[in-house]
Amino acid sequence: MKKVRIGAAQGFYGDTIEPAVATAKEGNVDYLCFDCLAELTMSILVKDKKKDEKAGYTKDLSLSMIALLPYVKKKGIRILTNAGGLNPYAAQQEVVRIASEMGLEGLKIAVVTGDDVAGRLGEFKENGVSLEDMETQRDLSEVEDRIMFANAYIGAMPLVEALKEGADVIITGRTTDTAQFLAPLIYEFGWKSDDWNSLASGVFMGHLLECSGQSTGGNFSGNWKDIEGLDNIGYPIAEVSKDGEFTVSKLETRGGLVTSETVKEQMLYEIHDPSSYITPDVVVDLTEVRLEETGPDVVKVTGVKGKPKPDSLKVVMGYENGCMGQVMVGFSWPDALLKAKKADEIIRNQIRKNGWEYEEIRTDYVGYNSLHGPLASEPGEDLNEVYLRMAVRADTKRDAAKFARLFPPLALNGPPSMGSFTGSPPRDLVGMWSSLVPRELIEPFVTVGFEEVKTGVESNA
Amino acid sequence: MSKVMLKEISHARSGDKGNTVDIGLFVNNDEIYQAVLDQVTPERVKSHFEGLVEGDVFRYELPNIKALKLVCHSALNGGGASSLRLDNLGKCFGANLLRMEIELPEHLLPEIQSRGGGGI
Repeated sequence: MKKVRIGAAQGFYGDTIEPAVATAKEGNVDYLCFDCLAELTMSILVKDKKKDEKAGYTKDLSLSMIALLPYVKKKGIRILTNAGGLNPYAAQQEVVRIASEMGLEGLKIAVVTGDDVAGRLGEFKENGVSLEDMETQRDLSEVEDRIMFANAYIGAMPLVEALKEGADVIITGRTTDTAQFLAPLIYEFGWKSDDWNSLASGVFMGHLLECSGQSTGGNFSGNWKDIEGLDNIGYPIAEVSKDGEFTVSKLETRGGLVTSETVKEQMLYEIHDPSSYITPDVVVDLTEVRLEETGPDVVKVTGVKGKPKPDSLKVVMGYENGCMGQVMVGFSWPDALLKAKKADEIIRNQIRKNGWEYEEIRTDYVGYNSLHGPLASEPGEDLNEVYLRMAVRADTKRDAAKFARLFPPLALNGPPSMGSFTGSPPRDLVGMWSSLVPRELIEPFVTVGFEEVKTGVESNA
Repeated sequence: MSKVMLKEISHARSGDKGNTVDIGLFVNNDEIYQAVLDQVTPERVKSHFEGLVEGDVFRYELPNIKALKLVCHSALNGGGASSLRLDNLGKCFGANLLRMEIELPEHLLPEIQSRGGGGI
């Protein structure tokens, strides 16, 4: 019976590509699929694009393609990635350029566009779409003049179309995290657009793979101490049957661990209601899923159920939301925490005396409560060292930056034994705004383009 | 009955969407799952996270994998790219939940000790 093998390639912008290269080499996979985008990533890309109109895609795309394109040519592995971010066309051109320089003539590089709806918000409102925020029900008028980007989450269908047209590499913008993984299955098995259980299975497979090492022992809070080879972790590989059932495994030669437990942690990751995980192609129900360990580092997944796809797509917008200034300074034993608290008091007094008004001033004591906040338990002993970390929320970069200048004098004028002043440049803060928009206002605008790689003289001859 | 930290009997992973944090909590014993169902209520999770979670907490049950899903609203000081917090993506909420204590019947304690906690 036909099986399709899918390899996870990257779980976020900045993830290492090396495990994907190992999968390409030894994993006998048909497809390598990336998820490069998170809400935070879009905020980074919009800043890049503001500086350079040819930027706005994930810059590590170039290195990934240099490493993987030879396997596309040699083994026929096809690559699907949403690395295009806010500039999929520029990303496609970059891949074409790299492939051309590598002499990989004839590769077909596709690009999916139409997710960028920043210029269409007025049109949506004219069509009666409220564009209120799903989380807070606030009206868009509150942030409308500060919108930096607006992208609709697109499903797998445009990618399926690109595969049918023979694309070797597909670059998209804000397709869903799982669309890259689902599309090859729809294409290979001919799943119908209302074959809800199969589609749901494909989405769930994508969900288990889209965070790379998080299914294979990375960020695992169970018996993590016993997991071997995290320095050489293998990324998940799925083997899928026509009926949607699949296994998750990893290369034997790579480290990490695949068990029901590691898979479960990823299963519920960032999906909210597990009986209705909403995607553009199907609503996924995980409440009857069965996980079975069928071999060392092999987990079989069955029982995924699907429900009809939603009428709306999610549009996520980012808006300018002020700036953050932040500083860290370290204090040494004895009484490290006490010293840090004294420094906090001094800085707050100086801010007040200067008449500086910040919307928020935040204090953390790194080594004591910076990750657990009010839930941190009192330290049982006099800590060896504590870092005071302070952050402010300001309207402008200038206001955010001036707060940092209060810290260096503390070394001579404040509590004793302060070391390691670490300031970082003020950072723009980006607020997130999510709205639902009827899919018929978005999908007709989604298009697929192609370019075939040519390699100079020969191809022009 | 004995008080046990969730750290001893379960594992957890958390992540973000906007200003919402969601946490998966996992056990692998039916009796312990029942105890977790009875005691790790949305109200209790909300009060456990006082000072971090400002909105409602919703709970979903997954008996098929002996897990709970906890979705905490207004939990990230504005959300990943807008938050002043160091854990701006909510990755440590799962670990934070494992501080919570629940009561377990005595006969389950040897089981916990033999498994060494954490991954049970």
